[in-house]
Amino acid sequence: MSHHIVEVRDLHHVYPDGTSALRGVSFRITHGESVALIGANGAGKSTLLLHLNGYLAPTSGEIRIGDYPLTKATLPEIRRAVGMVFQDPDDQLFMPTVYDDVAFGPFNLGLPIQEVERRVMDALEQVGGTHLRNKPPYHLSEGEKKKVAIATVLSMSPDIFVMDEPTNGLDPFSRRQLMALLKEFNHTKIFTSHDLDMVLELCDRTIVLHNGEILADGLTTEIFRDDNLLSHCHLEKPLSMQGCPICGKQ
Amino acid sequence: MTSIDGALLDFKRLDQLAQGNTSIHRLDPRAKVLATVVFIVSVISYGKYELTALLPFFLFPVFMVAFGNLPLGYVVKKILLLCPFVLMVGIFNPFIDRVVLVQLGPFGVTGGMISFASIIIRAALTVGISIVLVSVTGFPNICRALERMGMPRVFAVQLLFLHRYIFVLTEEGGRVSRARQLRSFGGKGLGIKTHGSLLGHFLLRTWLRAERIHMAMLARGFAGKFHSRHEYRFGGSEILFLFGWSTLFITFRLYNGSQLLGSFLTGIFP
Repeated sequence: MSHHIVEVRDLHHVYPDGTSALRGVSFRITHGESVALIGANGAGKSTLLLHLNGYLAPTSGEIRIGDYPLTKATLPEIRRAVGMVFQDPDDQLFMPTVYDDVAFGPFNLGLPIQEVERRVMDALEQVGGTHLRNKPPYHLSEGEKKKVAIATVLSMSPDIFVMDEPTNGLDPFSRRQLMALLKEFNHTKIFTSHDLDMVLELCDRTIVLHNGEILADGLTTEIFRDDNLLSHCHLEKPLSMQGCPICGKQ
Repeated sequence: MTSIDGALLDFKRLDQLAQGNTSIHRLDPRAKVLATVVFIVSVISYGKYELTALLPFFLFPVFMVAFGNLPLGYVVKKILLLCPFVLMVGIFNPFIDRVVLVQLGPFGVTGGMISFASIIIRAALTVGISIVLVSVTGFPNICRALERMGMPRVFAVQLLFLHRYIFVLTEEGGRVSRARQLRSFGGKGLGIKTHGSLLGHFLLRTWLRAERIHMAMLARGFAGKFHSRHEYRFGGSEILFLFGWSTLFITFRLYNGSQLLGSFLTGIFP
């Protein structure tokens, strides 16, 4: 199952205005891994994500998804393989109803209508949103929108699941629900987040970006113990690893 | 701000109504759109002094409201909302056109008064039927119907996006405007200048959002074509609906409908 691999080699990206957003990023994520990309605002997380499904083209360096190098010719196959959920679900949900939205990807893949129907229902069931299928997206709550946005990607049965700031803007209960859902996925998973407690629970491995470079890449638990690294990168230990605010006990 | 938010909620109500399941809702949208077009063309093609001949046309909206199970009060309120604009259009007619056409005892009804009334009735009919059409069909279905009847896909997609994002954009506009209001302390802020840059920012935001949406579409394999499940069929009831109503409208238009109805009734009850 080598098509679940993401490999980035010496990736550089310079924006048209001259900002150098990525400066020699290399990593390899293998099948079934759950990886967090963390870093301060402007560290290059979003830029890196946008490279993974070919929305941005590297200034130099190479990206391989599974067996394919990312080129114009392999773009359709790669966009199917890499399911990407954006931060603002309002950007992700653009069709008149939830059903149409979840069916958008499978229809574009050219699947027959029965198969589309099956995939839509499967995806909605997986996120617990079958009852929402005939609703227009703007009638949903933020948590429901997130779930449906995930379903729109699941319906394409991606090999690699990429999500930008999954828990952003969710209330504690919806956040819990979403994390439980993400935990169940067997895909290769890549998340960016500032919610480091979520990272601690969902991701075994963490990559720390700082000013467009990778400063650390390793076990999440080890990285979060490194106080110097975290403060250098404008980060902070997850709350669950800090002492009790009242008695100071770990 | 409450007014914008309120108007928005009302918009959403239209969508909820469109999810009804009456025999009118189930008709193929194309039949409803075409019948509405024939209706509107018939209504607006009358001369400016026509009044009585327009009245039978109320039959169609009333039928749709009754069988589409729509709340009458809501539809009437929506029509009243547009009344100020209509009044503005016709308000000077009675003053300009003072030729007396009908003498009711000592009171002379001028051409201006009649044309003013005619404008109001026509507006009520056309606006009313448009609102009714959206509430029994739903905006997306109307777009699809138009597309399937030959409107270029680009326009259909534009309309669909407009309908989807008008909510997001109005909410965003509302937030921006509230932020300005809160910091201008009841005054004018910095006047027109702020509104200039406010609008500019709004445009840029819209632009950025459009880019992100496009990104999300590309990520899901968009290649310029919208697919949808076609579950509507142009069958017997559609043909009956379309031709029945169209024939009636054209008959009303060609022969004075009021007179026709009158002579029909007096024929029955001499």
